[in-house]
Amino acid sequence: MIRYIYGNGLSTYPRLRDSMFADRAAQFRHRLGWDVALDDAGRERDQYDALNPLYIIWERPDGLHGGSLRYLPTTGRTMLGEHFGHLADPVRDPLIWECTRFCLAPGAGGHVSAALMLGGLEVGLNLGLTHAVGVFDARMLRVYGRLGWPPAVLGRDGAGRDAICAGLWTYGPELRAALLARAGVSSEVSRHWYRRAFGDGKLVLAA
Amino acid sequence: MRQKREWFIERLQSTTTLDDLRAEIFRLRDAFEAEHLVYHSVNSIGEQYAALTYSDAWVSEYTTQDYARIDPVVQGCLRRFHPVDWKQLDWSPKPTRAFLGAAVDNGVGHQGYSVPIRGPSGQFALFTISHRATDEAWKTFRDAHLSDLILLAHFINQKALEIERGSDHIPVQKLSPREVDALTMLASGLNRAQAADTLAISEHTLRVYIESARFKLGASNTTHAVAKALAQGLLIL
Repeated sequence: MIRYIYGNGLSTYPRLRDSMFADRAAQFRHRLGWDVALDDAGRERDQYDALNPLYIIWERPDGLHGGSLRYLPTTGRTMLGEHFGHLADPVRDPLIWECTRFCLAPGAGGHVSAALMLGGLEVGLNLGLTHAVGVFDARMLRVYGRLGWPPAVLGRDGAGRDAICAGLWTYGPELRAALLARAGVSSEVSRHWYRRAFGDGKLVLAA
Repeated sequence: MRQKREWFIERLQSTTTLDDLRAEIFRLRDAFEAEHLVYHSVNSIGEQYAALTYSDAWVSEYTTQDYARIDPVVQGCLRRFHPVDWKQLDWSPKPTRAFLGAAVDNGVGHQGYSVPIRGPSGQFALFTISHRATDEAWKTFRDAHLSDLILLAHFINQKALEIERGSDHIPVQKLSPREVDALTMLASGLNRAQAADTLAISEHTLRVYIESARFKLGASNTTHAVAKALAQGLLIL
């Protein structure tokens, strides 16, 4: 299932949280060889995780992390602004959020990436956002393309598969049906997951 | 509404003082035909500024009663960054219902929508519109103005920061490499003994670094210092 959790709500789900940061280490440090720091437990957390970002997490039936991404508003501090300015001019816009650390657990199926993109889309459509910006590995371009929601590449550094890219996704309601189908989730269920986190009714962001 | 939005942003451009800004907030309230608008900003060093249409009596009651402690809007929006309809908040505890009653008695609408804003270097603001519409009318109003409200909130914030120039662009206090090390260790969850051990210094020396960093950051305690250093991007975790 898709969970929408702010950083300060992660402690409610220690297994989910810990497996997410462990999977991030596996992907970014060990598989992609990015220069990211690991803590003593071998988990990857950076300074942006301390800014109380909004995580969109695919939780597996056993309660462990299946995939995740991280959102921060571009009006505050962003990775693009502080670390990847050479890729593209940093954006600053209330209706654009930055999406980083798109991560899949080892062996996660294609439906997980679709579900994460779907979660991102639900947030954007419900909150009236126009775009998302993000920094990602060039290999992900194919994944995004296959899911029917490729970003516009704003800039890249490096060659071929190993390049690091900055991209811009445009939100639109027409994207929803295809992502639902690929994620294998019905429209009602996706809406329920979103509502559970953001209301109607009581706002329980750790749910 | 687009026209109203542009009209307002244009008016904002020529605003140069906080008094002008306050006057513009009243104008915008009338344009929206809403009960009240509130813009409230807290910068990275804890300084506050508000431009709002509430009555002085309500502001004074809110402050003396320290309603911010129980106000679900404050509690629900702090540290978050997505806009929140008041309906989504938990108003069920008794003190909270009493607070809402007091608010409505003071002319605050029972419908509301709040936009949290994250600005540069740890600045935070909240923009709120409140209304006295029926549930149905409110939903229509809210959906129609959602993105306008978000954009206006940020424009007002930008303007307020610009007018207050200086307060949010205080030169970032440089921490020494050791101070950064000490706070980084604490931020990553080590206790003092472990941190000192890792840095191969005594606990006493560690405390000196922490106190010195705390002083430079103007923080009230160690946790506060770590939080501030993180928010200002001084620590790499």
